[in-house]
Amino acid sequence: MEQFNVYASRLITKKEHFTPGHRACQGCAEALAVRMVAKALGKNVIVASATGCMEIISSPLPFTNWKVPWIHVAFENAAAVASGAEAGTKALIRKGKLVDKGTVFLGMGGDGATSDIGLQALSGAFERGHNFLYVCYDNEAYMNTGIQRSSATPFGAATTTSPAGKQIPGQVTWKKNMPEIAVAHNIPYVATACSSYPFDLIQKVKKAASIKGPAYVHILSICPTGWRIPADKAIWIGRRAVETGVFPLYEVENGKYRITVDVPELRPVEDYLKPQGRFRHLTPELIEKIQTRVTKEYNNLKTKTKLET
Amino acid sequence: MGERVGIEVSIAAAEAVKMANTDVIAAYPITPQTHIVEHLSELVADGELDAEFIPVESEHSAMSVCCGSSAVGARTFTCTSSQGLALMNEIVFIAPSLRLPIVMILANRSMSGPLSIWNDHTDVMSIRDCGWIQIFTENGQEVFDHVMFAFRVAENSSVSLPVIVNLDGFVLTHVIEPIEFWDKETVKQYLPDFKPVNQLHPDNPVTMGAFGLPSIFTEAKKAQDEALINSKSEILKAWKEMGDLVGRYYKPVETYQLDGSETVFLTIGSFGETVSVAVDELRAQGKSVGQVKLRLWRPFPFDEFREAVRGVKRIIVIDRAISYGGPGGPVASEIRSVLYQEENMPVITNFLCGFAGRDVTSDDYISMYEKTEQMAKGKVTQEDYIIYGVRE
Ligand SMILES: Cc1ncc(C[n+]2csc(CCOP(=O)(O)OP(=O)(O)O)c2C)c(N)n1
Ligand code: SF4
Ligand SMILES: [Mg+2]
Repeated sequence: MEQFNVYASRLITKKEHFTPGHRACQGCAEALAVRMVAKALGKNVIVASATGCMEIISSPLPFTNWKVPWIHVAFENAAAVASGAEAGTKALIRKGKLVDKGTVFLGMGGDGATSDIGLQALSGAFERGHNFLYVCYDNEAYMNTGIQRSSATPFGAATTTSPAGKQIPGQVTWKKNMPEIAVAHNIPYVATACSSYPFDLIQKVKKAASIKGPAYVHILSICPTGWRIPADKAIWIGRRAVETGVFPLYEVENGKYRITVDVPELRPVEDYLKPQGRFRHLTPELIEKIQTRVTKEYNNLKTKTKLET
Repeated sequence: MGERVGIEVSIAAAEAVKMANTDVIAAYPITPQTHIVEHLSELVADGELDAEFIPVESEHSAMSVCCGSSAVGARTFTCTSSQGLALMNEIVFIAPSLRLPIVMILANRSMSGPLSIWNDHTDVMSIRDCGWIQIFTENGQEVFDHVMFAFRVAENSSVSLPVIVNLDGFVLTHVIEPIEFWDKETVKQYLPDFKPVNQLHPDNPVTMGAFGLPSIFTEAKKAQDEALINSKSEILKAWKEMGDLVGRYYKPVETYQLDGSETVFLTIGSFGETVSVAVDELRAQGKSVGQVKLRLWRPFPFDEFREAVRGVKRIIVIDRAISYGGPGGPVASEIRSVLYQEENMPVITNFLCGFAGRDVTSDDYISMYEKTEQMAKGKVTQEDYIIYGVRE
């Protein structure tokens, strides 16, 4: 496994549609995830991006890192904008004003843009059944504005608005389960991914793009700045998230659950929490509490994979 | 020339959107805009209009969908009122900065609270500085004509800006009026296909909505301001050509009985017709009274307006919105600053009335005139503004 990255870089296309030279922090695995999604989708795509780190670092007027058509309108409406682009294109094709090229419509946003402020717009676009793909880059906080908590911030994590205080030990709520919310819309495809598992990620994004109707991919996107880890540890921490069961990699195709990166024996959550500054203050009791929850949720997921649909 | 039919103004507006061969409609229902969207969804459901009707979950998404569809080059329409406009406000400001030629009908309704579904201009005045081309209409025919006009101006490659057509809620939306429809040939002649300046398409990738550092933001805003100011020549051209085609010549500033009038009423929107009745009555009494109506609100028609009121001694500005704690109604504030540097600046009195559908009759306008006369003669104190008709 040590040579994995060398191996990966040979098998994944060298073509870049999200180019180097962007302004992300050193070691940003969110930018890496964006790059992989761009590789997976190729040139025939129209991207609608939410406000957030990935928008700011890639589009300082008059420069752009986007070699594909890209639009940013606001923070909470990427799904609506993508659905408008899809609908407009569909109408123009039907009326003979555009040639049908099978273009993919991608909406993208951070965890804040997706599971908080943009949840309604995303839910609406899912429900209306647009033929589009939405990717959530989940770095578990509002990083662009300075590491404030979101509903995707995990229990116990210290952020600038869920600080580890003398009375309150960081985030007191459990991470909102956004993939499950997507599944509840009965859309044909939902998956989780992480840039520490590039093949799994690329495969899922390709599949999501090829499916008719709405698809959702939720990517755990490690943010060294916000998680308080060294810049060279992002990939490693992403693996730990999966190996501990904190962030399982799975897909739900037409309601059928499948774990794509199986972890026969989960590592203790401590292996994931300990290296991160945002969890530094956690007591053994709180870690135990997190362990119980993670084990339970992982088992729930396993049960779902055995369900007939 | 098309046929003349008795029809509800909302239905006529929707029919105009159909005749314009709109590609995408994204809207969320709110009184008094509802009849327009309902009729559009029927037209799409019956296959009479080949468009995508997107029944969004909010006005915020309505305007966002419009941005997406306009950016791919689709002719795009939406309509809303008051609370809906407030909810989409954020995106209303972004659309013109992206130079997206969306057309929106605003069925004017008062802003909450208290909650009211009735008509005034508190909604549109809240977005005065949003960067859209903004026009007001006075009757159903003007609404129909200006749907065509709005698409033509918005999509003109030298303009490429969104356009708002204001029509008063209920007072216009829900009344039946005789309206002359355009025939297909006229529409075709007047309204070319939409050829976007910039378009999201994989063959020619562009980045839209980039982020602006302080080093470039001012220049971006200057460019946007110039685009709106420069749109005026296309606006005038579009009105001239419409006149040549359908015989109705519209102007940025319309006048009524203006010649030599000492006092003029200034109105926007459908109240203008009632004011005209008051003008007739006052003239019958031998008063020197006329009327100026603003049709074009943004870009503001400075030259035409100054020209229209040259030599006028008093202007009675009728406002249908409040600027709480401010210097007057929004229209009066603008008029005062537009005329401030003029020689012999007229005295401006400002009456705020007709809030949330409160009826204002021609007698009311006559009494506003009388009050203005008294102020002019120093019999009562000149006030910055008067909220007219408050029940004591
Ligand atoms: C309506 C609105 N509210 C707040 C903001 C400020 N804002 C910009 S980006 C952002 C946080 C983005 O967080 P997330 O979506 O998780 O993306 P990240 O930056 O973490 O990748 C916030 C709060 C805004 N731009 N618009
Ligand atoms: S703050 Fe985090 S997500 Fe944002 S650019 Fe830096 S590392 Fe990436
Ligand atoms: Mg985030």
